[in-house]
Amino acid sequence: MVRLMTVDRLPEVVVIGAGVVGAACAWYAARAGLRVTVVDRGPVAGGTTGAGEGNILVSDKPAGPELELARLSVRCWRDLADAVEGFEYDPKGGLVVAGSAAALDGLRATASGQRERGVTATEVRPDELHEHEPHLADDLAGGMYYPEDAQVQPAAAAARLLRDARAHGAAVRPNVEVTGVLRSRDGLAGVRTSAGDVPAGAVVNAAGTWGGEIAALAGVDVPVLPRRGFVLVTEPLPPGVVRHKVYAAEYVSDVASDDASLQSSPVIESTAAGPVLLGSSRERVGFNRTLSVPALRRIAAHAVRLFPVLAGADVLRAYRGFRPYCPDHLPVIGPDARCPGLYHACGHEGAGVGLAAATGHVVARALTGHPPGTDPTPFLPERFG
Amino acid sequence: MSDTFDFDGRAVPFEPGQTVGAALIADGVRSWRTTRGRARPRGIFCGIGVCFDCLVTVDGAPNRRACLVPATTDLPVRSQEGTGHDDLDV
Ligand SMILES: Cc1cc2nc3c(=O)[nH]c(=O)nc-3n(C[C@H](O)[C@H](O)[C@H](O)COP(=O)(O)OP(=O)(O)OC[C@H]3O[C@@H](n4cnc5c(N)ncnc54)[C@H](O)[C@@H]3O)c2cc1C
Ligand code: FES
Repeated sequence: MVRLMTVDRLPEVVVIGAGVVGAACAWYAARAGLRVTVVDRGPVAGGTTGAGEGNILVSDKPAGPELELARLSVRCWRDLADAVEGFEYDPKGGLVVAGSAAALDGLRATASGQRERGVTATEVRPDELHEHEPHLADDLAGGMYYPEDAQVQPAAAAARLLRDARAHGAAVRPNVEVTGVLRSRDGLAGVRTSAGDVPAGAVVNAAGTWGGEIAALAGVDVPVLPRRGFVLVTEPLPPGVVRHKVYAAEYVSDVASDDASLQSSPVIESTAAGPVLLGSSRERVGFNRTLSVPALRRIAAHAVRLFPVLAGADVLRAYRGFRPYCPDHLPVIGPDARCPGLYHACGHEGAGVGLAAATGHVVARALTGHPPGTDPTPFLPERFG
Repeated sequence: MSDTFDFDGRAVPFEPGQTVGAALIADGVRSWRTTRGRARPRGIFCGIGVCFDCLVTVDGAPNRRACLVPATTDLPVRSQEGTGHDDLDV
């Protein structure tokens, strides 16, 4: 009896995608009192969320709309870690290092713009770098320390947020693929799925790298494309070997680059379980899953350049994921004026874990008709015309 | 007389082609490392190189999979505690 009542009550919101972004949207919407159903054609965190890393960074975002979203997200993640435990939230701080005086100048310029926006960034002199990271190479030009950077285990975060959303009335339906949309005179009225129709007043497109396909089903253009990245996983190392999120200043320009060919810059962090994750690479090769030895070699060499001690560490495995990127490198968040009832929460590229919490907050505020905690205009889908 | 390798200071016999893990099991040794978190004993689990339960230090290199490494007379084997990388701890 009870089961029929909860299952058969029509959802007010259907969220497409059980990655970390869909999970955060579902969590904030359920906590706002909305009846939410989450559908995913695979398992929870079976998309890019289960194939990336879990850094929550303000450090890599120059002053601009994405930095504002990231600042909000840092606060939202802190709240989520209090409200929902069990996803290895670690406010470990980030250390960006420069290999040359020119790179250090770039870091300083970025940091001064970020400081004007309220970000804490402390310059670290070359002779102080080892106080932060004892194993760091000793010929670096300096660095910038960002205490607000943090880390989570993304798959665990998605799973825990969804579990908590269920405790607040949400339904989560894995292995259900969205194949079309339902329409009413006013706009969208739900989705058509492999398991039947799911009527709902609002549809949230949290399909990550496949968000463009969902938008197309609804008849609107949202250009989300895959940007491949590899990660190397080392054997477990003692917790002190790599303490913060550490990456090279070049990473920021790699992220912003429009070059389709392989870019690689060192991005290194330890995990709660012991293995150290080594990134990063960026390539536009569609959904090609082939292991790229040149990419892996570059990642390993760059990591050893920053942390010579890693030359003696074994690599256990490598994996790849496909970051969901838009041509202007901004995520797509909020109601779609071209299609009433459709909301987007996709296209977060290499920052979807970090930005997930704020995205969930912004989408839930839009769903309930409240103003969000940041200006959502730069992320609206109408920018694609 | 079969060949032997040194395991924590004593001789363990092995047949040609046998892995370190198989030789240890045949000699009655069932665990040769402790886990990182709670120092629980571990030895062979999957036996085919997938689970990383059977880690052991071979010739000074930690985290070798005992179920894959062929035993040889000249590579000493040491039981392992935690990451086996105490040398890196600071
Ligand atoms: C190597 C690498 C490293 C990264 N490191 C970081 C990092 O350190 N910090 C960070 O913030 N971000 C990082 N990212 C980016 C981050 O992983 C992504 O931005 C984020 O996971 C996107 O989450 P999502 O929920 O939007 O998408 P996904 O996790 O991909 O979820 C989308 C879901 O939609 C489902 N779906 C698609 N189509 C349909 C359909 N028709 N019907 C039903 N379901 C459907 C999919 O099955 C999938 O589960 C990294 C990415 C990579 C590849
Ligand atoms: S027993 Fe599983 S890897 Fe050796």
